[in-house]
This record gives sequence, C-alpha cells and structure tokens, in this order.
Amino acid sequence: MSKYYVNKFLFTVDRDPELLAQYKENPKQLVAKWEKEIGPRLAQGGNNEEITSVHSLTDDERKALVNHDYVALFEMGAHFFLNLTIMIALYDEEYVAKNGPLSFQREMAQKLSHWKGKDYPSVQL
Amino acid sequence: MARLTAVLATTHHPFYLKATTAPPEERMPQADEWKAKVEAYRETLTAAEPDILLMVGSDHFHQFFYDNYPTFLIGKQSKYDATFYNEEREFGIPKYVLDGDEDFSGFMLQGLMDRGFDFSVSHELKIDHSIICPIITTRPDADLPVVPIYTNIFAPPLPSPKRFYDLGRAIREIIDAYPTDKKVAAVGSGHLSLELGGPRQFHETGPDPEFDRNAIKWLSEGDIETILEQVTMESMTQSGNATHGFLDLILMLGIAGPEKAAYVDNLDLFHTMEMYMTWYPEGDPR
Repeated sequence: MSKYYVNKFLFTVDRDPELLAQYKENPKQLVAKWEKEIGPRLAQGGNNEEITSVHSLTDDERKALVNHDYVALFEMGAHFFLNLTIMIALYDEEYVAKNGPLSFQREMAQKLSHWKGKDYPSVQL
Repeated sequence: MARLTAVLATTHHPFYLKATTAPPEERMPQADEWKAKVEAYRETLTAAEPDILLMVGSDHFHQFFYDNYPTFLIGKQSKYDATFYNEEREFGIPKYVLDGDEDFSGFMLQGLMDRGFDFSVSHELKIDHSIICPIITTRPDADLPVVPIYTNIFAPPLPSPKRFYDLGRAIREIIDAYPTDKKVAAVGSGHLSLELGGPRQFHETGPDPEFDRNAIKWLSEGDIETILEQVTMESMTQSGNATHGFLDLILMLGIAGPEKAAYVDNLDLFHTMEMYMTWYPEGDPR
C-alpha cells in the first residue's frame, strides 16, 4: 500500500505552498517531518485526533522523495500528474530562466526516454 | 421542457489564458492563431443563447484523491469557487466564483439515479481547470449558472468508453425532461492524445497524431460505433498516458447523440492537438 503513501506525499505537499517551499529547500527534513506529522493524518480533513496508522514509506520510496527523483517515482507507479506537477513547481522557474520555456519538461521526458515504446509502470493502486 | 440548444466538446489547454495574454515579447508564435480559433469557437456557444451551462470535467487531484475518488459526481450548490492554488501557480488561471443552479442539479441527480447511474453528490465542490478552461474559452464573462458533472478519467480503474457514452445519453434524456422554459447548453472538456509526466510529453505534436485525426473524424461524424470498436483503455494508454480524457469527449457525444457536428475545428499546438466541436440539437442558429 505504500504507492498510496507516495502519492499522498505528492498530493499534500503540492497543494501547500509552505510545505512545497520546505520540500525545495530541505527535502530530507521535509520528508521526515511529513512522515511524522502529516502522513499519519487522514488525507482530507484530517487532524491530530483522526490518525491513520496503516501506511508507511519504504526505504526506496523515501529516498526517491528526498532526492526529487522523478524517474524513480515514475518507475514506482506514482501518478504521472502529481509527479509532473510537483517537479514543475520545484524546477520550472530556474530552468525557464536558464534554458527557456518547457526546458525542464523536455529534460524530464529525456530522462524517461528508456520507457518509450514500453508499457509504463501502472499508476493503478 | 428545457431546450438543449448546443453541445460543445473541446480539449482544455490550461495555458490558453497565459499564452494569449502574455506581453508581445513573450508570446508564443501560435498565440494569435490560437486566440482567433478560440474566439470563433466561442461564437458557437453565444449563438445558442444559453441560460444554463451543464459542464462536464474531471478533477485532477485538486479536491479529490485516492482516499476517496468519486467515479461520477455532481455538484449541487448555489455557488462554486473555482481554481486551486496549484493551478494558479502553474497555469496562471485566476480564481472565479460561478453561480450554480441547485434545482437543476437536484433534478439531474435524481434523474441519473433513476436511470441506474448512482452518482456521488458534493455540496462543497470547488471547480478545477477542466471546467474553468472551457469557461475561459467559451464564456469568459462567467455569467451563467452551471451544473458541474465530474467523471473519473484520472485514477484507474476507469469506467468503460460505453459507460461514458451511455451516461451522456442519460444526461440528454434528463435535460430534455427538465421542466423549465430555459435554454441549456452542455459544455464538456477532455483531451485527445496526451502524455503527462512520461517520455512522450511536450514534444512538437501530441503523442499520437493519427489517433487525434481519427478521433476528430469519429466524433464529428457521430460515429460512436467505430469509437466503441477502436477505443479501449489499452489503446488510449498506447496513445499517451493521459489520453483517457477522451472519455469525457465520448460522454459529450452521448449528450449530442450519434449526429454530425455542426462546427469542427482543431489546432495542432505544441504537444497537443486542440479540438473545438459543437452540435446543435435544435438546428444551427447561426
């Protein structure tokens, strides 16, 4: 069930500007904080009383999240929209300034090019 | 009974507003052509003089998530907030507050249940870009009440293409049965071939231009038989990992019925084929 938890990380961080800023600044710290404080809350409308205890990240998942490793996340079957959106939030601005519009998105495609013509890892849980 | 004066099926490209309002030095070369095509398309809705918009779209993990993702959902509210923080951030889409039509939403919900479509209903639905993009392109004043219908094209397993078409047929029956003298237009958005977060994303064309050409032909001819023969979950995946947005265009054909479209246009844009299609169930008012 940890694929759910990876998606939950991407979903909850992408929609929160403060968490997103911390994820860019210090991903290791933010992932640790998320696992302690945010992941255990129900995904929507959760608080510190209503806790879910049944999910956790594997070591590989944690490592992929800490490293902003979108190739690994793609290969684990993280949802493509969440994976793309959060990485755009983290990197698009600096790539545009350096190499122009869509340069980050094209680099992402390039780094995933070994999947061309193959069945992608399923995003289905 | 309500009059269904137009059915619009279109792709939704979240960067339309940003691309066409950028300062001249930052404008992409196709911005003017894109704007002209969208404005021509807008006229097809304006000509139908709608009083209410029935909108079809899909939440992109903005409000709904894997903890509880509805297969089919209708909003039943007098007003709807629209545009999430991360859509403003990524696409530059502004926030809106749209009027709703609770009575029509309630009639639609009951009618769907009566026809075997057990919908979820939300009284706190916030609209995302799948509905706001077509508002921006086809009704930028955002001055009409909406009835929003959401489908799952996003978190598999998804309902079948036939189920989407049948849902469209049911929605049509319910619109036709709604006791009002108001004019309804149905406006739905989805995708042709599309890749997001994968190796075929953001190339010069969409990931499967042949599918795009065929899909436009099938839809514009009202050829649901060929669509149901040719389009499967697997075939859509082969055409691009986010191609399943085509299911909402099949739904719109279901609302229109197996008829030829009155207006068909497209734009081969960077990384997607944009499509603009309109049916006039009562005849072309233009």
